[in-house]
Amino acid sequence: MTEATTAVFVNIGERTNVTGSAKFKKLILAGDFEAALDVARQQVESGAQIIDINMDEAMLDSEAAMVKFLNLIASEPDISRVPIMIDSSKWSIIEAGLKCVQGKPIVNSISMKEGEEAFIAQAKKVKRYGAAVVVMAFDEKGQADTEDRKVEICTRSYKILTEQVGFAPEDIIFDPNIFAVATGIEEHNNYAIDFIEATRRIKTTLPHVHISGGVSNISFSFRGNEPVREAMHSVFLYHAIKAGMDMGIVNAGQLAVYADIPPELRERCEDVILNRRPDATDRLLEIAEQFKAGGGAKREADLSWRDQDVNKRLSHALVNGITDFIEQDTEEARLAAERPLHVIEGPLMDGMNVVGDLFGAGKMFLPQVVKSARVMKKSVAYLIPHIEKEKADNAAKGLIDSSKNAGKVLMATVKGDVHDIGKNIVGVVLQCNNYEVIDLGVMVPAAKILEAARTHNVDIIGLSGLITPSLEEMAYVASEMEREGFTTPLLIGGATTSKVHTAVKIAPGYSRATVYVPDASRAVGVAGQLMSAQTRDTYSAGIRADYDTMREAHARKNQVKKRQTIEKSRENKTKIDWAAAKPEKPRALGLMTFDDYDIAELTRTIDWTPFFQTWELAGQYPAILDDTIVGKTARGLYNDAQVMLQRLIGEKWLTAKAVVGFWAANSVGDDIEIYTDDTRSKVLTTIHTLRQQMPREEGARANHALADFIAPKDSGVADYLGAFAVTSGLGVEERAVAYVKEHDDYNSILLKALADRLAESFAERMHQRVRREFWGYAPQETLANDQLIAEAYRGIRPAPGYPACPDHTEKATLWTLLDAEKNTGVKLTESFAMWPAASVSGMYFAHPQAAYFGVGKIERDQVEDYAKRKGTSVAEMERWLAPNLNYDSRAAS
Amino acid sequence: MTALADRIAALKAALDTRVLVLDGAMGTVIQRYKLDEAGFRGKRFAAHPRDLKGNNDLLILSRPEIIGEIHRAYLEAGADIIETNTFSSTTIAQADYGCEALAYELNLEGAKIARAAADELTAKNPAKPRWVAGALGPTNRTASISPDVNDPGYRNVNFDQLVVAFSEQAEGLIDGGSDILLVETIIDTLNAKAALFAIDEVFEKKGVALPIMISGTITDQSGRILSGQTPEAFWHSIRHAKPLTIGLNCALGASQLRPYVAEISRAADTYVHAYPNAGLPNEFGEYDEMPETTAGHISAWAKDGLVNIVGGCCGTTPEHIAAVAKSVAGLKPRKLPKLPVAMKLSGLEPFKLAS
Repeated sequence: MTEATTAVFVNIGERTNVTGSAKFKKLILAGDFEAALDVARQQVESGAQIIDINMDEAMLDSEAAMVKFLNLIASEPDISRVPIMIDSSKWSIIEAGLKCVQGKPIVNSISMKEGEEAFIAQAKKVKRYGAAVVVMAFDEKGQADTEDRKVEICTRSYKILTEQVGFAPEDIIFDPNIFAVATGIEEHNNYAIDFIEATRRIKTTLPHVHISGGVSNISFSFRGNEPVREAMHSVFLYHAIKAGMDMGIVNAGQLAVYADIPPELRERCEDVILNRRPDATDRLLEIAEQFKAGGGAKREADLSWRDQDVNKRLSHALVNGITDFIEQDTEEARLAAERPLHVIEGPLMDGMNVVGDLFGAGKMFLPQVVKSARVMKKSVAYLIPHIEKEKADNAAKGLIDSSKNAGKVLMATVKGDVHDIGKNIVGVVLQCNNYEVIDLGVMVPAAKILEAARTHNVDIIGLSGLITPSLEEMAYVASEMEREGFTTPLLIGGATTSKVHTAVKIAPGYSRATVYVPDASRAVGVAGQLMSAQTRDTYSAGIRADYDTMREAHARKNQVKKRQTIEKSRENKTKIDWAAAKPEKPRALGLMTFDDYDIAELTRTIDWTPFFQTWELAGQYPAILDDTIVGKTARGLYNDAQVMLQRLIGEKWLTAKAVVGFWAANSVGDDIEIYTDDTRSKVLTTIHTLRQQMPREEGARANHALADFIAPKDSGVADYLGAFAVTSGLGVEERAVAYVKEHDDYNSILLKALADRLAESFAERMHQRVRREFWGYAPQETLANDQLIAEAYRGIRPAPGYPACPDHTEKATLWTLLDAEKNTGVKLTESFAMWPAASVSGMYFAHPQAAYFGVGKIERDQVEDYAKRKGTSVAEMERWLAPNLNYDSRAAS
Repeated sequence: MTALADRIAALKAALDTRVLVLDGAMGTVIQRYKLDEAGFRGKRFAAHPRDLKGNNDLLILSRPEIIGEIHRAYLEAGADIIETNTFSSTTIAQADYGCEALAYELNLEGAKIARAAADELTAKNPAKPRWVAGALGPTNRTASISPDVNDPGYRNVNFDQLVVAFSEQAEGLIDGGSDILLVETIIDTLNAKAALFAIDEVFEKKGVALPIMISGTITDQSGRILSGQTPEAFWHSIRHAKPLTIGLNCALGASQLRPYVAEISRAADTYVHAYPNAGLPNEFGEYDEMPETTAGHISAWAKDGLVNIVGGCCGTTPEHIAAVAKSVAGLKPRKLPKLPVAMKLSGLEPFKLAS
């Protein structure tokens, strides 16, 4: 089911317009409608939300061309999924077009140019055909150029349309005419301002209407200088959109990012657009040349590879991740092949082998491989019906088909965990190598994994997880496999998993091959070893011996790792002079919620380095973009990310929600009491914290616990604690699923990775606003993005499940305090993972000495005390804190 | 006020107080009469040059007593609204039988038979008024799908031809006394838009305006109508006609149809109807869902506030409608949602721009 997304600014594709695109005009005149359809398809694929179709050309039977093209588009779901704008200056062509589209289109355009009577007749027709309409600010006297004329004509049109014709006001789009500025003619200097101000007035006085315009007109006098034109478009749109312009014919590829325009160029463009000084045009001309040289020249795509034979073309498309021609090339290869399956086993596998070799040799990187996989999947999807048909035919003839693949791999993110980016990447890489992957998704219980493994008779089982409780769950799955007599090799992967954990906690529970896989690039090698009859046993034995050694080493090392008693650790707590401290009171106690936070704002504070890590590209942003080895890949990935960010904001794919709260609080021992109000007479709830127990020399560093950063109750100091939950993941799943359905794992993974980054950015931004505004203890703080990422500010925001408070179950307390599920839509799984995954939560500590630390390994005495404070059993706490225990909880005490 | 205006006002008032019931399948019940070729021809068409068996609409002229009897059976089962037997009564659809020339007469007489039956039952119990919906089917051609896979730009019917055919049908239905026009079983939204265009012209010409019901058909579990639109995109395409109701019918049983009814119910700020088939056909092509089962699903929609008018399509019988009427009696109708104003466009998928 597709839900309509409510757009904010709509970009109308203009490449299917013979008056705007020389290429399209040539194709239509030559009668090459196939290629013309490709233009439309590419436009939709690259993000056009509406496509404008115009056949106004003297050499053409424009009516017939409009009908033919629209009929052809109707047979192309990739194109016809978006609304169409039927564009012509001739009414008969518009009407011919209106008779061909089943969707609700936009007519572009009608006006009062020929007087009211014709205008009313056409508007009535448009209404009867069920279309929205663009109305030009044009009347009997001519086109409106000044602000007042624009407003006057639009107001008159509006009255006629809504009062006489009965036209729905929300279906009216005014085009108040964008004219060129900086032409050297003084009267033109105010044209941009006229448009912007007219827009502002129309939007306030004429309810529900929209404003559109042809943006490229504005920069007409800078033809040939693309960088300056792009900057002018961007500056113009920046101001016009603020005034209420909500649609536009813009070539999205020819639009600079406002914030990225060099400041000098931006300022001079702004002078021109806003008509701020009489010499604005001259000053822009002065610097225009220097930007012209600085890139922005359009590169024509090199299509010489299209001249090669079809197998080479398929290989090229795979290696370069190009989907544009994949169906036609696949079809050609299919026709040439004896059986459709041979296309997969022949040219496609050959191409993927090249990809695999380049990847293995470090000459290709993960984002490119995932793009290659997209090409592969689309090609295979094209072949499937043919293969099915052949199978059916063979079955009818009594023949048995024996197609082969490298092996079947079952993959799952374990119960309680929702993180799947890494798992999806491994799945794609395995598929590239001809493995059949059965992906059970996220939050998969052990029983379901085992059942599916049996049903599909898989060769390998892969488990993934990110949060620490998943480690226990994986060990449980392994033990269940053992109990049920499985022999299938088990692969373990995910951010918190490790070779040592696999060796110590998982492998001993399962008597068959159990292998830790550190990243996607290793997955194929490991799977290959396990699948091959020759290597399987020696490989497994080698791994087992390696893990045995590691386990013994771990046991020896552990013995040395002494811990001091919890009493002694408490004596060495963080030293804070509470008598001198005067904690600031938050501006308001209680909860603040944000229902639909502006995602555009969050893009500015994204920490990009981890984004590249997700794709196994190592290096710091922004240096990584110019890295000699991965720079090109990183840049390509970064560009794809930027394009998707624009779309996901423009089309409102995601909703960002947050809840933040502040309460009066004091510490009591290692606990933090939260009070119902500032009288501190009634305890609302208690946060439990854990303390470091590593032996410390006298006078050396303290044994920290988070409770140390809150004033003790007996100090009499009024202190406060904050908490938060933010998400940018609402809407991710639907989109990601849709991408996967289109065989597009690349964009699915890209979207999830971006949502994760946005959530982190959201947490960072919210923390900043907490410091400056909501708690307000650092109102003057001004930090650049890199300083933010380096956390060069006062206060911390630790999260349950992370080193400073490793107990995930404390998240339940936060959820109740914040009423987080209701306020943000984020749910907690049974392992206290947040769903959707692109979510962050935690607590706010404001004391200047508050700092991040790791609790590390803790002793039984603390666990027993902690369990008592939480009112739960020691065994239960040991289960949750398993990765932090400095002792074997299974050994008798 | 005219009698028609009174009836329309009563219909709108009824929609705000209860869930109304539409009738069930006509074809399924006609099959019970086991008519042979001669049975379809009657006296009037005894010498017609082409086979007429299966031309259900023709029974309006050749066996009007059968059609009247079926209408009465549904009314007695509790239907508030009955549909005229005019699903295929266009020049385009009747061409298969060589009966194009009868199109206007079929619609006129079809509406009259239904009108008489409805008035008869209203007279018996004025507290439960009955209405006639003049049915306009999809025709057997599609304006936005090519019948030739090798020539995707080809069409065997165009918008203008459809407008002519539907205009004639709408005139007949109005002249025969319909209270409502029902554009139904829409498998191609462009055909439906042509019907709505025709209806709007006919209304203007005659100086009348009947309430319009618009009903799409989701052909399979892809959740789209045959021409590819999602339910919400479909709503956007026809919203300009300001229909009294929008909804879905045919192709699927109630349990499969539910998510799409829910989608329309969420998206549309007008009344919603739905009349599903009696489940999916079994391997013999027969519908064997029990009346209670159908009624169970449909009353759940009503209880969950998804619908204002319910009924049945293929495979449903007066027994089904009786069960449905009983199951929704006393239930509250869906309330019209207040939705933010937006420009609502569509291709195959919906698109909104906030106003």
